[in-house]
Amino acid sequence: MISDLFSVTVLVGILASGIRLATPYLYAAIGETFSQRSGVLNLGVEGQMLLGAFAAFYVTLTTGNLWLGLMTAMLVGALMGLAMAYVTVNLQAQQGISGIGFYLFGLGMSDLLFQKLMGTVETVKGFPKIHIPGLSDIPGIGEIFFSQNILVYGAYLLVPIAWFVLNKTTLGLKIRSVGENPDAADSLGVNVGRIRYFTIILGGILSGVAGASLSIALLNVFQQNMTSGQGFIAVALVYFGAWRPTGVLGGALLFSLINALQLWVQVLNIPVPSEIAVMMPYVLTILVLVTSVSKVRAPSALSKPFEREN
Amino acid sequence: MTESNKLPSGRSRIDSLEMRGITKRFPGVLANYKVDFDVKSGEVHALLGVNGAGKSTLMKILYGLYHPDEGEILLNGKPVTISSPKDSIHLGIGMIHQHFMLVQTLTVAENVALGLPSSRGALTDLDRVSKRILELADIYNLKIDPSAYIWQLSVGQQQRVEIIKALYRGAALLILDEPTAVLTPQEVDELFVIMRQMVKDGHALIFISHKLHEVVEISHRVTVLRDGRKIGTRLTSETTKQDLANWMVGREVGFVPDRGKVEIGEIRLKLERVVCGSDRGTPGLRGVSLDVHSGEILGVAGVSGNGQRELAETITGLRKVTGGKVFLEGKEITNLAPGEITDRMLSYIPEERMRDGMIKDFTVAENMILREHHKLPYSRYGFLNLRGISKHADDLIKQFRVKTPSQETHAKNLSGGNIQKVVLAREISRNPHVIIAAQPTRGLDIGATEYVREQLLVERRKGAAIMLISEDLDEILALSDRIAVIYEGQIMDIVPRATATPEKLGLLMAGVHP
Repeated sequence: MISDLFSVTVLVGILASGIRLATPYLYAAIGETFSQRSGVLNLGVEGQMLLGAFAAFYVTLTTGNLWLGLMTAMLVGALMGLAMAYVTVNLQAQQGISGIGFYLFGLGMSDLLFQKLMGTVETVKGFPKIHIPGLSDIPGIGEIFFSQNILVYGAYLLVPIAWFVLNKTTLGLKIRSVGENPDAADSLGVNVGRIRYFTIILGGILSGVAGASLSIALLNVFQQNMTSGQGFIAVALVYFGAWRPTGVLGGALLFSLINALQLWVQVLNIPVPSEIAVMMPYVLTILVLVTSVSKVRAPSALSKPFEREN
Repeated sequence: MTESNKLPSGRSRIDSLEMRGITKRFPGVLANYKVDFDVKSGEVHALLGVNGAGKSTLMKILYGLYHPDEGEILLNGKPVTISSPKDSIHLGIGMIHQHFMLVQTLTVAENVALGLPSSRGALTDLDRVSKRILELADIYNLKIDPSAYIWQLSVGQQQRVEIIKALYRGAALLILDEPTAVLTPQEVDELFVIMRQMVKDGHALIFISHKLHEVVEISHRVTVLRDGRKIGTRLTSETTKQDLANWMVGREVGFVPDRGKVEIGEIRLKLERVVCGSDRGTPGLRGVSLDVHSGEILGVAGVSGNGQRELAETITGLRKVTGGKVFLEGKEITNLAPGEITDRMLSYIPEERMRDGMIKDFTVAENMILREHHKLPYSRYGFLNLRGISKHADDLIKQFRVKTPSQETHAKNLSGGNIQKVVLAREISRNPHVIIAAQPTRGLDIGATEYVREQLLVERRKGAAIMLISEDLDEILALSDRIAVIYEGQIMDIVPRATATPEKLGLLMAGVHP
């Protein structure tokens, strides 16, 4: 029944899963924010997440060490980022197309490795919930905010850090200027290529973590194409959030809460066709994007390869 | 003595800088060949030449953006290597680029701080940067608000930010690459005041320009480049504008085009309180009324971005008119499709010739029939008549002296002047009744400029009504019969050429009624 949705237990459940589900979006979208603010559109996020998810899962499965799994995911993400940076900065490729290439690579490669190395779906014991004495025991609030695993906390911590780096550091100033007017930055001795390498690799690392958060912290399994478009949603969230970490946070939360709601709608057997329920977050994303994007301005140099005149 | 070595900014002077035997080759082009150039503390040395003469290349070498194939640079007598802007900045060389190198979405202070180490390590120190900007602004008498965003500033103010940026980095030698191109006459005067003060304080300034009167007014010495080679260096006081012009072009240049006497005829183009929007959603034109007669050139003067673009586009049907009416030879053409307006013998020479005037990847011949391609003899029943097209192209290439390897050459491979000749040939050869010419000589060298202006005068003699939209006051004054000044989408005033002076127009261009 619809009224079931409004019981305290269910509301707490929805909020807690909403907070948790935002985790991969936050990592991936904050990483994408960095690369877009420096003028690079990375559409390969989804592929980076998939390979990261597999790497984290497989290393954890074989070694039993979650941290080693996480670090492998970061390394894989970094390597994907490095390749993307080379293609984007040195070869000056069309970023939309090359990004899709990296997505397809990640999709195919993670599946191939999965078939070759594992063959069947297995599970691992992921990062455990952290129990904070006192706080976790507050009814409702405790379950929503203070009974999550380390990667969830990390994702939320990333938001103020990203804001601080972008707005209060010389590195952030360089990133913003390279995304707006790389010629000006170049004329002042800022190494445009190096800055973009940095942001693309950082984006890769965070996408790797995003994938790992799915496979060894939230779902604790690996299946082919398990990200099912979350990397692309993350790119959309960057637009939604108007290239600001706080905006990205708002978008990720909104999207995840709707997602959590539809999950609970299904769990509670509320008579809404499941196809409609599953569509809700995506329909919402499209609606919000078409209504909000026109009002904010993207970084001027977004997706334009940089080349000195002549 | 030690004190006199210091500039007001606290940095040391550059007593002399010398470039010796600089040669720079690009694929297929010899941009600089054995060029010698030097500048001293306390002087303005002008670098003069037509487009493509190699001025910018030489200066980009000095600033470290290009590397010379041959030659050396000596600073205070000692050889130095400049491999990047970082090096040149470190040596005390600053450059004010023709297209400002500013990040529009950042503040003045952020633009100044960009690329410099911060006194707080990894964190920005914008408060300290702002304080120092205000100190420098005070010393050099440059009014500027460090917390303002660049997009909020006028062009003149943005240029001041560029100067501050260079001074902040300790520039003792400043390269100014065509700094007056975007300024109103009043802003040019203000810039010259600043430049004179800097020179008095011991700075060395290099002033790049192709405007002769400015070179004569501000510089102490002048060096002329042509085809990448140095033609000579003179004391400015010992030359005349005519000498310099001949040097630049390599032949005698007719200065004031011969206008001849033309009877002014009937009204061909009429605008009645025309209103339209701009690309930014703000008002573009706010009630413009004008008329242009047969045999007349109406000059439209104004600082860039005051509605010139919108004016040309509403007349040609490229932009929607939201109020008022446009008449062509007595018939209303408001909001007709561009093709219908064109067919009524209106020709258009667009401001962005590479974007709106032609198709870069089409051949010269194809570009020459863009406007009339659907008519005989260029096509029939939808099939192109290649022979007719080819003959047309041959005729126009000869008649308009277009320098092109063949009519099959892609337009993008021509020089700027020849591209404009292709556009001009296409638009004029159809004997238009009305011509809208937007910035027809912008970026062209003296030779091509002269040619374009002559052609407009020829059309005027033939009775065409011409609207000449230009930001170049000299051009407006040389060609126009009457001059309309546009400011923030409105016509400030229309003055006959006889009573127009640069000062009067300059005030109108700044929105002030003299």
